[in-house]
Amino acid sequence: MPSLKDLRNRIASVKATQKITKAMQMVAAAKLRRAQEAAEAARPYSERMGAVLANITQAIGGGGEAPALMTGTGKDDVHLLVVCTAERGLCGGFNSQIARLARDHIRKLLADGKQVKIICVGKKGFDILRRDYAALILERVDLREVKTLGFINADAIAKKVIQLFNEGGFDICTLFYSQFKSVISQVPTTQQIIPAGVGSAPAEVAGGGNAVYEYEPEPGEILSDLIPRNISVQVFRALLENAAGEMGAKMSAMDNATRNAGDMINKLSITYNRQRQAQITKELIEIISGAEAL
Amino acid sequence: MAEAFQFELVSPERLLVSEQVESVVIPGAEGEMTVMAHHAPVMTTIKPGVVTVKTAAGKEERYVVFGGFADIVPAGCTLLAESAVAVGDIDRADLTRRIQEAREDVADAKDDQTRSKAEQFLSQLTTLEGAILPA
Repeated sequence: MPSLKDLRNRIASVKATQKITKAMQMVAAAKLRRAQEAAEAARPYSERMGAVLANITQAIGGGGEAPALMTGTGKDDVHLLVVCTAERGLCGGFNSQIARLARDHIRKLLADGKQVKIICVGKKGFDILRRDYAALILERVDLREVKTLGFINADAIAKKVIQLFNEGGFDICTLFYSQFKSVISQVPTTQQIIPAGVGSAPAEVAGGGNAVYEYEPEPGEILSDLIPRNISVQVFRALLENAAGEMGAKMSAMDNATRNAGDMINKLSITYNRQRQAQITKELIEIISGAEAL
Repeated sequence: MAEAFQFELVSPERLLVSEQVESVVIPGAEGEMTVMAHHAPVMTTIKPGVVTVKTAAGKEERYVVFGGFADIVPAGCTLLAESAVAVGDIDRADLTRRIQEAREDVADAKDDQTRSKAEQFLSQLTTLEGAILPA
């Protein structure tokens, strides 16, 4: 049976913890709003980019002009996985979910006898994957110093990937990130970025004149400029979704923690009050029985 | 008064402009072009430069863009800029940094083709600097 003083100390310490989790929850909520705004603001660009790409692919008609980034190398022996996770923990299962998806994927690829290379974006995914696949990790991109995610960050990652591709480092590149569905639901997702699966985008109908475009310079040249940019955009979108998802996950994790701390404080206070009451009663009995004995 | 059409200027970070405009001057890769309503469909890359927008209300706005694409259809014009800022908000340090990077690219270029490309980009940047920043 803990003494009254022990109980008091424990209540105080749980209260302090609760204050911290509460503060973290509020910070996450504020950051979530900002991250969501950023993700929404970036959407028009990637949408328009998709439309333009679909349009231009149509113009080329899948001819031999298409750059290798789009058609791929024709092999699928070496896979590059870009695993995007958060830089910080304390956000529930967010990081481990992405890492698990990546790990399952890696295991499958390795079982098929493929070669796998990994680029980790974010510290947490790196920490998890390092345990099993340290030898496969090529690089770790650190975004901890970055306050607000800019296109430059995504561009740098995309440039690295493209450079590696041009050097013949891999055949297929897949992006792992968490799709932001809502504050309480983030879905780990894979997306193949090289070779780019463009054909799925529906052709733009606005303006109705996608047959008689004039291209300046040649479509092939535009395309070879556009594809790398599209990859940057995809990475950027993944990073933004991740940022929003991380904050959402952190918010609900911290909300849970705060509630748990509240429950704990309640239970501890009840025990504390009971014990105090018992002690008072005991003292009273002692006094009364002492008085009666006289 | 000329007919208005829909113009959109989008950067990866956000949608900068989406409104009815009278004309837009775009720094196309193969020369500047003015886009007005009912322009023939054109798709062009753009070089670093200044986009001048004349809104339907008669105001004139200028934006600095660093490369990108323009998708022009009779009904409107969409400009996908790699990075875009209003001329009033241009950050001198940022521009200097970009020029510095371009210089390094020129120095690092391994073959003639990449070097000429990098040099071209550098000259476009320096022209741009001269155009928007008074010495």
